[in-house]
Order: sequence, then structure tokens, then C-alpha cells
Amino acid sequence: MTNTLARPPRTETSSIASVAPRPHRRRYSVAGIALQMPFWVFTGAIAIIFLYPLVWTAVSSVAPLAGTNQTDGWGLGNYITLANYQDGIGQYILNSVFVSLLTVVLTLVISLLGGYAFARFEFRGKNTLFLATIAILMVPYATLLIPLYVLLNMVGLSNSLVGVALVLTMFQLPFSTFMMRISFESIPRELDEAAMVDGCTSWTVLWRVLVPAVKPGLITVGLFAFLAAWNDFMAPLILINDSARMTLPLAISNLRGQVQGVVDYGATEAGVVVLALPCILLFLILQRHYVRGFMSGAFKG
Amino acid sequence: MSVTAPLIPAEMTPPPRRRRRTSGRAGIGWLYALPTALFVLFLFILPLLLVFKMSASDWPLLGGDQGWNFPENYASAISNRFFLDSVLFTLKYTVLATILLIGLGLGLALLVQESSRWKGFLRASFLIPSALGLASASLLFYVLYSPIAGPFAELTQAWGFTFLGTPDAALWSTLFLIVWRYAGFYMLLMLVGLQGIPDEVYEAARIDGSSRWQTFRHVTIPLLKPTLALTTVLCVTGSLLAFEQFYILTKGGPDNSTITVVQLIYSVAFQGQNDLGVAGALSVIVLAALVVINIVQIRGFSRKVED
Repeated sequence: MTNTLARPPRTETSSIASVAPRPHRRRYSVAGIALQMPFWVFTGAIAIIFLYPLVWTAVSSVAPLAGTNQTDGWGLGNYITLANYQDGIGQYILNSVFVSLLTVVLTLVISLLGGYAFARFEFRGKNTLFLATIAILMVPYATLLIPLYVLLNMVGLSNSLVGVALVLTMFQLPFSTFMMRISFESIPRELDEAAMVDGCTSWTVLWRVLVPAVKPGLITVGLFAFLAAWNDFMAPLILINDSARMTLPLAISNLRGQVQGVVDYGATEAGVVVLALPCILLFLILQRHYVRGFMSGAFKG
Repeated sequence: MSVTAPLIPAEMTPPPRRRRRTSGRAGIGWLYALPTALFVLFLFILPLLLVFKMSASDWPLLGGDQGWNFPENYASAISNRFFLDSVLFTLKYTVLATILLIGLGLGLALLVQESSRWKGFLRASFLIPSALGLASASLLFYVLYSPIAGPFAELTQAWGFTFLGTPDAALWSTLFLIVWRYAGFYMLLMLVGLQGIPDEVYEAARIDGSSRWQTFRHVTIPLLKPTLALTTVLCVTGSLLAFEQFYILTKGGPDNSTITVVQLIYSVAFQGQNDLGVAGALSVIVLAALVVINIVQIRGFSRKVED
């Protein structure tokens, strides 16, 4: 009867379980602020622990350090080392961008079509195929990469960035197929049935009606695919031999200890910055979509 | 009807279309699922079958299939001088990483679960490291832990310790890296689980006069069990397959004390021994162990949920 009143305000939700002391609801009272102080100091300290390594790396990549290309004064010396390393960082960035974009496009197309099939159609072997797709999660990375190395050699995709992108797409399929399936399932069937009555085929329904509706799901899938592909280390490590075709993480990792075992820490820092910056920017811009990937229950399966 | 249908363009024959649509929809469904099916078949099922064959064959890295070599591969996999050590180390690492990540993930989630501007900032700062790749994070900490370039370089020299110099230090330094990289990820999963607990349950607990700790122990934890089960399975699986963090940060050292099972597979296959057959045998052993461990975990958790 007093349903609206009984519902606690949002900030109150399950505050019992919270460690945060919150005896008073009035947030701006002097006593309230005083009681909150230890909480702020404590949580602020934890936040610093999480942010410090990133900030320190960014700062020291332009700071002077003996044994690097930036020995005195501040500047971009370490980035110059990086630019001139072997085939040049431009080549490695290009390789990484190629692998990442191809993985994202393949993942989006395959999981869009697959999610549509699983959500809207009945066909023989549907459940088997879906379970087989999810089962990819259960199999260790290394267990698959060794036979994939042999198989890709057989079909002429050895040492190929396309091969790496195909493999990375496969590893993305459990999450993205699941995500797209539930995205489609959350759209009422009446929507596509109405379009069907108006003469649309299943194909035009997909593109005109459903793709706009599942766009948030697509963004989440694309973001996860990009982050995974851009950062992946093990697949290119095993599948790529040619140094000109290495992806960025591999190149930066190999850059350490090139000169008689002496590690150029400055260049490594610069490399970490180049690696991390796109990920952090994307994360900050698409934070909501990143979190949705979890909220969707895609990890609850 | 089926005789006349092909003679007339499909869109002009409404009555047979209805029949075709029910039978045709399954076909169309398959067409949409086809790319998924091809990827699963050629990049997952086929390699999986091949790894079983490789594990039973003499298969040098460059020579290809040299014929049957069944029990020998498994025998030399198990008798590899690093096999037992790597298994024990991986298990130790997995237990520690899982306890730390589940505990800290839940703790952080409880700290930030209400929405306010400050807690939104906290959530974002805990989450940012998880946008980095594990390889990038390992490289970052490689420099951070360095006795030459790291911010603690002078401190380590003055106090005479190193981050990666002894087996124990290397293990804990790597664990810190993993917590830094993954705590936000597990916090997010815990937050999702916490949101699924209805307010009414807490309300009831409060009316019953239960203390904060009692509520946590007897309301939050039991209702969070599905989330705890999922995160534990994820964390155990991920930790058992640890590779990058040790490959980049410790390179298996000092004194080969931090070699994980996946690292052993990699080095047998591509570094030195170049024996894909033995590496395949090791992979099959890891796969079997993982399946068994996950089944045990899921059974254990579902039994506890029933209680």
C-alpha cells in the first residue's frame, strides 16, 4: 500500500552489508563528515595504490634515467628509441591495429549472426552448437594453440596476422555469442513479427529492426574483442616468428635486453604507455558498456 | 504443390510459402549459425582432436608427424624434470591467487557498492588496471620492480632486498601484480551479485535486529553463493593457466622456482626441446586436470547451495 515510501532511497541499498560507517542519513552534517573521514582516507589510499603504477610509468617514461636514451632533462628520448627499434614501432602498431580490427569485425559479424540464430530460430543441433561454443572457455589456451600452430601451417597461414586474428576471434566467441544471444532475447518477438507481416525477410528484419536494438550489446562485444586482441600475448608469441610481423605486446616484451642483456627500462616504459593508452582511453569512454558486459550476466552462464 | 512451386517465383505463391516458412526457417537458422559453426569446427573441435593425436605421436616441431608414440610421450611428459615442481608451484600460486582475489574482490565491492560520486571514482580507479593487458601489466611491473629503474630502487638497495630475487619474493611480487590487474574485475562481478540480492531481505534482517556482521555472514554470503561459485571457478581456471605474468616478469626464475605448467608446455614445444608430441601430452594432462577440478568445484558449490 505504501509501496513508494517503503522503497529505500538508492544510496541506502543494502548498506547493512557495507563496511562503510553510515549511522546518520543526513550526509552533510558535521558529525557525518567527521565519521566519514577514516573511510575517505582508507579508500583514497587504496585508489592511490591502483593508480600509482600507471601514473608513475607515464611520468618516468619522459623522465631522465641513466642507461636510456633520455639521460638528462625531460623529453621524448625513450619514445625515439621505441620509434627506431628494429622495424620501427609504427610497423608494430600497424600489425596490432590490423589484428585488433580484423578480430573486432569478425567477432561482431559472427556473433551478430550467431546470436540471431540462437535467439530467434529453431534448428537441429542448436543446443549442441551453443554448448560447443561455450565449451571453448573450458579448454586451456595452450592446449589449443599448439595444434592450431600445426593446423595454420598446413593451410598456409603460418606466421600470418590473419591467422592470429582468426584464432583470437575463436577465443572471443563464447562471450560474444552468449552476449548477443541474450541481447536478441531481450527484444520482444512482436517487433520482428510485425516487420515480417510488413513483408520483411529475416535478413532485412535483422538489419533494419534488430541491429539498432542490439547496438549496446554490439558495442560491448566489440570493446571486449578489441581489448583482448590488442593485448593478447600468447597467440602471437606462438603463431608469429617473423620479427616484422610481431604485434605490439610481443615487440615491447622482446625489446628488453636487446643490447647484451642490458635492459632499456626507459624504452620499456614508453612501450607500456603506448600499449596502455588506447585501452585506458577506450575504457574511460565506454565504461558503461564495459560494465554492461558483466551486468548482462554473460559471466553467470 | 511441391511440383508446381518451382515453376512459379516464390514471392507470388502465398499459400505454399507458409509451409515453406516453417520448414525453411530451420534452414535459415542454420545459415545464420553457419559462421559460428565453421569457427567452432575448424578452430576449436579440429585442433582439440589434433592435440589428442599429437599427444600420442612422435611429432618434432619442424619434422611433423613421425608416427605412433603413445605411452612414451606421456611418460616423458611426467618424467620431465620440471613437471612435478611446476605442478606444485602452479597449485600453490592458484590457491593464493584465488584466496586473495576473491577476498579482495568482495571487500572492494562492499566498500563501493552504494552509489555516490566518490564511490564512482573509486570503482573506476579499481577497474582501470583491468583494461590493460596482462602482458602490458607484467611489463609495467617488470620496470616497477627493477632494482635499477624502479621507484623503490634506492629503498631495495638500502634495505638489501629484491622484488624478484628469491623464490618467495618473486611469487608474492607476481601475486601483487595479479591482484592489481584483476581485483577490479572481481569487484565488478561481486557488485553484480550483490545487486541481485533484494533489499527486502536486508530489511527483514534489520527488523530482526541482526548485527552488521550477522547480516553479512548469514544473509549476504549465502545469497552471494552463485556469484562466489562463478568467480572461484573463473579465478582457479585462470590461475592454473598462468603464463604471461611469469614468462615476462620472472622468466621462471630465480632458479626455475616459478615455472608454471603452461610455461613448461611452451618451453617443451618451442624452446629447446621442440617436441610437440610431449607438449601435446602435457596439454592433454592439463585439460583433463582442469575438467576434473572444475567438475569438483561445481559439484561442491551446488551441494552447498542446496544446504
